Amino acid sequence: MENLLQQLLNGVTWGSIYALIALGYTMVYGVLRLINFAHGEVYMMGAMSGYYAAHWLGLAGAPSVTGLVMVLVASMLVCGLLGALIERVAYRPLRGAGRLAPLITAIGVSLLLQNAGQLVFGADPKFFPPLLQSHEVFRAGEVAVSNIQLTVLVTALLLMGALEYIVQRTRFGRAMRAVSYDAPAAALMGVPVDRVISGTFVLGSMLAAAAGILVGLSNPKIDPLMGLMPGLKAFVAAVLGGIGSVPGAMVGGLLLGVIETLVTGYLSSTYRDAIAFVILVVILLYRPTGLFGAPTTEKV
Amino acid sequence: MSGRFARSGALVVALAALHWLAPLALNPYYATILGRIGIAIIAAVSLQLVNGFTGQFSIGHAGFMALGAYSSAAFSVYLGAAVLDSLGGGGLARLAYFPFPLICGGLVAAAAGLVVAVPALRLRGDYLAIATLGAGEIIRIAILNVDAVGGARGFSLASALHPSVDLRFESLAGVYGVAVLTIAAIARLVYSGGGLAFRAVREDEIAAESLGVPTTRVKVEAFLVSSFFAGVAGALFAHTEGYIHTNSFSFVRSFELVAFVVLGGLGSLSGAVVAAAVLTAAPEVLRGLGEWRMVLYSVLLITTMIVRPQGLLGQRELLHFGRRRGAA
Amino acid sequence: MRGAARAAVCVVSWALLALACGGGQGGDAIVVGHVASMTGDTATFGRSADQGIRMAIEEVNGAGGVLGKKLQVVTEDDRSVTEEARSAAQKLIQRDRIIALLGEVASSRSLAAAPEAQRAKVPMISPGSTNPRVTEVGDYIFRACFIDPFQGAVMARFAANELHAKRFAILFDFKQDYSVGLAEFFRDTVKKSGGEIVADERYTSGDIEFRAQLTTIRAANPDAVFVPGYYTELGLIAKQARELGINVPLLGGDGWDSEKTLEIGGDAVEGYFFSTHYAADSDNPRVQEFVKRFTAKYGATPDAMAALGYDTAGILADSLKRAGTTDGAKLRDAIAATSGFDGVTGKISIDANRNAHKDAVVLKIEGGKFRYYRTVSAE
Repeated sequence: MENLLQQLLNGVTWGSIYALIALGYTMVYGVLRLINFAHGEVYMMGAMSGYYAAHWLGLAGAPSVTGLVMVLVASMLVCGLLGALIERVAYRPLRGAGRLAPLITAIGVSLLLQNAGQLVFGADPKFFPPLLQSHEVFRAGEVAVSNIQLTVLVTALLLMGALEYIVQRTRFGRAMRAVSYDAPAAALMGVPVDRVISGTFVLGSMLAAAAGILVGLSNPKIDPLMGLMPGLKAFVAAVLGGIGSVPGAMVGGLLLGVIETLVTGYLSSTYRDAIAFVILVVILLYRPTGLFGAPTTEKV
Repeated sequence: MSGRFARSGALVVALAALHWLAPLALNPYYATILGRIGIAIIAAVSLQLVNGFTGQFSIGHAGFMALGAYSSAAFSVYLGAAVLDSLGGGGLARLAYFPFPLICGGLVAAAAGLVVAVPALRLRGDYLAIATLGAGEIIRIAILNVDAVGGARGFSLASALHPSVDLRFESLAGVYGVAVLTIAAIARLVYSGGGLAFRAVREDEIAAESLGVPTTRVKVEAFLVSSFFAGVAGALFAHTEGYIHTNSFSFVRSFELVAFVVLGGLGSLSGAVVAAAVLTAAPEVLRGLGEWRMVLYSVLLITTMIVRPQGLLGQRELLHFGRRRGAA
Repeated sequence: MRGAARAAVCVVSWALLALACGGGQGGDAIVVGHVASMTGDTATFGRSADQGIRMAIEEVNGAGGVLGKKLQVVTEDDRSVTEEARSAAQKLIQRDRIIALLGEVASSRSLAAAPEAQRAKVPMISPGSTNPRVTEVGDYIFRACFIDPFQGAVMARFAANELHAKRFAILFDFKQDYSVGLAEFFRDTVKKSGGEIVADERYTSGDIEFRAQLTTIRAANPDAVFVPGYYTELGLIAKQARELGINVPLLGGDGWDSEKTLEIGGDAVEGYFFSTHYAADSDNPRVQEFVKRFTAKYGATPDAMAALGYDTAGILADSLKRAGTTDGAKLRDAIAATSGFDGVTGKISIDANRNAHKDAVVLKIEGGKFRYYRTVSAE
C-alpha cells in the first residue's frame, strides 16, 4: 500500500511537468487550431536558459530558494520572448493558409531548435546545478517525500492556479476565450486578436520554461534533444484531457504521469514511452475530444 | 508498342551496366551514399502517394519502413539460408533470392498500413496527422521490445543462422531498379483514369463522396500501396546496411520524409524524387555541412512554407507519366 | 515511359561522375582508425580512449614510428549512438582506408562496428568492450580487456564476501548489450553462491526518471543494488535513490569509470563500489609513471578507458612490428600472437578467443574520489 502511495506521489510529481507543458499546447490550439510542435523545444530552452542563468548568476555552488526563483523568472522571461518570436516569424505569415502549412512549419521550427541547440549548446548532456540541497522532508512509514519533489509539485500547482486565474478572471483571459470560441467574431467585437495570440504563446512558453527548470531540479540531466519525447507526451496529455481545454490539460498531464509511473513500477519500464502513444490512439478512436472536451460536429 | 520496348530495354541495359561497372570503378563509400539516395527516393515517393496525392497527412511513415526493415531482416536471418538452398545455392540463386525479403517486408508493412488506415478513416487533418505519428511510434517501441530481432540493441544480418551466407544486398543497380519500379507503379496508379479518385479525395472529400467516388476504398488503397513501398524501402535499407536499429526509424525520420515530399511539392512525384536525392546527398557531398544539415533542412522547410508553400514543383512533373487525358 | 530512358541516362552519368570523384589516399603514414563516442551520453569513454591512444601513438612515432613510417590516427565520432558506430566504422574503412580499427569502448557499439571490420578483413581491437559476444563476431576482432562473465562474478563475490550481502536488487540498462550481459552474469553468480535476487528492474539509456523502479527496489529491501550501466544514468540513479531513502550500497562495473560519475552523482555516490580495469592511485610504478605523463600532457588523471586506449594502441604498434607488414591477414595473426605485452593495465596476452586474461580492481568512491580498494585476479 505504501509502495502504491509512493508511486502515486512519483507519478503526480512527474505528471505535473507534463501538465505545465500540455497547457501551452492546449492554449495555442484553442486560439489557433495549431499543434505547436515546437513547444517541446521551448521547454528545452527553458532548461538550457536556466542552466546558463544559474551559472551566470554564480548560483552553481550555492543552493538557495531565492536563487531558484531568480533562475525561474529569468528563464520564463527568455522563453516567453522566444514563444512570441516563433509565433511572429513562423506562424503569423501563415494565418489563414489552411491547417497543413502551419503544421509543417511547426515541425520545421521544432527541428530547427533541436539542431541549432545541438550546435550552440553542444550535443553533450549538461547537468543542472543543484539549486536546492536535496533532503527528505517528510516520512510516513515507507513513503518518502523529498523537498525537491515537494518544490516541483507546489510550484507547478501555483503556476497552474495562476494561469486559471488569468484565463477566468482577467480581461486578457476573456479575450483568449473569445478568440478560441470564434476568432472572427471576437475581432469584430474589437478584441485585438493578434495581440491575444501573441500573449497566449507567451503564457504557454513561460509555463514550458518553468517545466524545464523544475525538471532540471529533479532530474538534472539536460540536453538539446530533451524536449522531443516530453513534448510529444505532453501533447498526448493535452489530447487526453481535451485539446483546447485548460483544466483538461492539467488533468491529462497528471493522469499521464501517474499511468506512466505505475506501468513502469509494476510492469516494465520498456513500455513507458509506448503507453502515451497507445493512450493517444485509443482516445482518438473512441473519444477524440478528450475527457473534458465538448463533442463537435463537422459542418458540410 | 515498339517504342515502349525500346525504352524499357534501354533502362535494363543502363541498370545492367551500372551493376557491373559500379563495384569495379566506384569508391564503396560513394556507392553507399548512392544506395541511400535510392532508398530515400522510394520512401519519399511512397509517402507522396498518401500525403501528396490523396491528401491524407501521414507523419508516421518511418514506422512502415521499420516494419519492412525488421520483417525482411528476420526473414533473411531465420529463413534466408533455407530459401537460398531451395533455390539451388550459388550466384544466380542469390540474385533470385532478393525479391523474397523485399516482398516480405512490403507485405508486412502493407498489413500495418491496413491496420492504420481503418481507424484513420474517421479522422481528418490534424487528428489524422497525430494519430499516424502515434502509430509510427507505437510500431517503433513495439519492435524495441522484441528480443528475437535484437530488441533495443539493434539487429544484424550477420547474426544469420548460417553466418557464411552473406545476405547483404550489394547491387546498386538493384536498388535503382526497385526505385524505377516504384515510381512507375505509383505513377501508373495515380495518373490513370481511376487515379483521379485520389486527387478528388484530396481536393474535397465530401464533394467526391457525394459524386460517387468510393472515398473509403480510395483512402485504404492509398495507405496500403504507400506502406507496401515504404516496407520495401525499409527492407532495402536493412539489406544494404546489414544492421538496423529502431533509432533509424524514429519520428525524426518521418519528419525528414515529410520534408522531402513537401519541399519537392505535395503532389509531384518528380519533386519528391529530386528533393529526396538532393537532401540525402547534400550532407555527404558537402562534408563540412554535416552538422548544419538538419538546421538547413528546417530553415528550408520553414521558408518554403512561408514563401513558396507549393514546394519546388508544386503539382507538376518533370516527366510526363503517360498523362494522356488532360491534367486534373 | 519515354522519360525512363532519360532517367537511366541520368543514373549512369551520376555514377560516372561519382567514379571520377572516387579519390585515392596517398601519403607516407600508416593510417589507423578509431571509432569513439566523442560526444553524447558516454562522451568521456571516447575522449579518454582517444587521449590514451594518441599519447601512445605519439610515443611510438617519437621513437621512429613503425616499419619506417609514422602512425596516424583518424577518429570518427559516433555520438554515443549504436548505429552510428557502424557507419563510423564503415567511413573509416571505406573513406580513410585504415589498416586497423581501434574501438569501441561500449559493447553495443563494438558489436555494431565489428561486422564491418570483419567483412573488410581489417583487424579491430576494442580497448574496453567487455561483453563476450564482441570477439565472437569473427577472427579479425580482438579486445585488450577482460570479459563480463569474469566481471559479473567479481562484483557478486565481492558483495557477498566483503559486504556480507545476500539479497540483491538489479537495475540494468536494457538498451545496452554491456549492461544486459553483465547483469546476467551477476545474476548467475549470485544464484550459484546461494544469494537471492529480490528485485530485477530495468531502464533505457537516455532515461532521466528512475523513481518508479527505485521505489519497487526499495520495497524489496535489498542489501545492495547492482547497477551495471553507464555513468550518466548512474549519477541520476544514485541521486534519486538517496532521495527515496535507499541507503544500501550501489555496486557497478567499469561503465562507472568516468569523472562524470563523481560530478553528476556528487554526494550521492559516496561509499559505492565498482569493478574496473585499473586504479590511477595504484602504487605500481608503471601505473604511476603513466599517470604522471598523462597528467602532464592532458591536465587530468587518466581513467580506465584512457589507460586501455594507451595499451591498445601499444599492442597494435607492437603487432605491426612483429608482423613486419600492414597486410590485414598477417597483422591479424600478429595481434593474435600477442603475449606478455607490458601494459599499464597489466600484462596482456591474447588468448585463443581473442580476449585478454587480466585482473580486475575494485574501486571505492570515497571523499569524492575513486580509491583503489581490492584486486581480484583472473583465475
